Amino acid sequence: MTTPRPLLVVEAEYRFYRRTWRGTVLTTWLRPILFLVAMGMGLGTLIDRNTNEILGDIGYLAFIAPGLMAASAMQTAITESSWPVRTGIKWRKNYWAQISTPLTPGDLLTGLMIWIFIRLLFVSTAFAVVIWIFGAAPFGKALAAVPAATLTGMAFASPMAALAAWIKEDSTMVALFRFSIIPLFLFSGAFFPIDQLPNFLQPIAMISPAWHGVELCRRIIIDIPLTLPVWTEVGYLAAALAAGWWAAGRQLTRRLLV
Amino acid sequence: MVGGGQAIDQTVARMSLLLARLFPPQSRPTRRAGRLLQRNLLVYKRIWLVIIAGFCEPVFYLFAVGIGLGSFVGEVTTGGQTLSYAAFVAPGLLAASAMNGAIVESTFPIFFKLHYNRTYDAMLATPMRVADITVGEILWAQLRAGIYACGFLTLMYLTGLTSSPWAPGAVLGALLVGFTFSAAGFAAVTFMRTWHDFDMIQLVILPLFLFSGTFYPLSVYPPFLQPIMQISPLYHGTELLRAFTLGQFDWTLTAHIGVLALMGSVAVAVISRRLVGTLLK
Repeated sequence: MTTPRPLLVVEAEYRFYRRTWRGTVLTTWLRPILFLVAMGMGLGTLIDRNTNEILGDIGYLAFIAPGLMAASAMQTAITESSWPVRTGIKWRKNYWAQISTPLTPGDLLTGLMIWIFIRLLFVSTAFAVVIWIFGAAPFGKALAAVPAATLTGMAFASPMAALAAWIKEDSTMVALFRFSIIPLFLFSGAFFPIDQLPNFLQPIAMISPAWHGVELCRRIIIDIPLTLPVWTEVGYLAAALAAGWWAAGRQLTRRLLV
Repeated sequence: MVGGGQAIDQTVARMSLLLARLFPPQSRPTRRAGRLLQRNLLVYKRIWLVIIAGFCEPVFYLFAVGIGLGSFVGEVTTGGQTLSYAAFVAPGLLAASAMNGAIVESTFPIFFKLHYNRTYDAMLATPMRVADITVGEILWAQLRAGIYACGFLTLMYLTGLTSSPWAPGAVLGALLVGFTFSAAGFAAVTFMRTWHDFDMIQLVILPLFLFSGTFYPLSVYPPFLQPIMQISPLYHGTELLRAFTLGQFDWTLTAHIGVLALMGSVAVAVISRRLVGTLLK
């Protein structure tokens, strides 16, 4: 039996990762710790001295921990599917090397998605462990949110890969990051519930998969009632993943098989 | 007295030799640094979206943190003055975005120009000197940082987040922060070999961003941690800008300026040395 072709792509990613993993380990573990200390505990001391209707008796640390878990999965997914895809096509050109073998653009995409899925599982599990160590949630609940956070990340991975293959200028990528990724992070509901936003901004925040992911993780970890039913949230994220996959497949084929 | 004149001449000659050794011609900028500015202006005319994005970033942060979190936090007391959270956090965000902008601008693009595009090698084939490149790139970063800071400050005035007559001074403060970090970022890049080294920059920038008194006053920390936080150069930038937008001045201001200026100058000296070493082999 031969190895399925997408798994060969996963192997390539893994071999590359084996030489470059050091930096990612630091970011995987340090990011959650730093954010929870700074925002959860530092800013939390300012917030928790006020009585608050929205938070009730949940501390701010417990409130943002699930949100940050989803947001951090989103950021990992975007990092792994944006510049690496561009580099593969444009600078390192390893996609061209791969395409000259029996691999198809579809195999490249499937392989990349499997790889990002594995990375997200690791990153989210690390985040869950950190949440538990900080005492922001029981271990079981934190771990239960890992699939939700991973799905949130995947909902960004495939659309981002499509954009990275589609955009022509590098400067457009830089602008895209500042115009969309940072607002997605800030207005995802990770730091505060989006009903704090002005009315006209709320529907915009609800379009973003980030908000759905944050809601889902928060529901699993701290039992805050959801605005929408669970299956709508999961369905929305899955739909974003599927749409992105389709678009990314088209764009990669267009770029690599002309 | 003729002999004395000769001795002086000799001393002058020796001194000038020493000066030339300490500050080789390549490390002294000329007016040609302006040519690099001109080149960058021409390039960015085509990618102006990046400039707009640089302005929007701190504005997004101000909206999210100031308005979204503001209702959670309520009011903050600093230096005996009680103010809304948005007014407290705004100068901090300006400082943080001056740092972020400076780092983004002085790391990736310069690494690219240094190792892939070889832009600087091409420039050195002209009468441009290494110091012209250093000064030109830093001036360009300053120009952009200045534009962003002016925009952000106008917004702060319009939304009533500052009413201090000293607030325009915050633009100068933001320029100083920008200078320090673009020099530091540039200096760091001259030591980098691969793209993976950029993780190290993130490793430094993220703690600075989170623990420099941007989002909450340092007094939140236990007393033994506070001196550690004060090592952060961004902390000094934040305090400097906050002094201007709140109109609270005392002698610590000179210390903040001193730390930033010293760090920036050391970085500039490092850049000149490293670039002479790498580009003029």
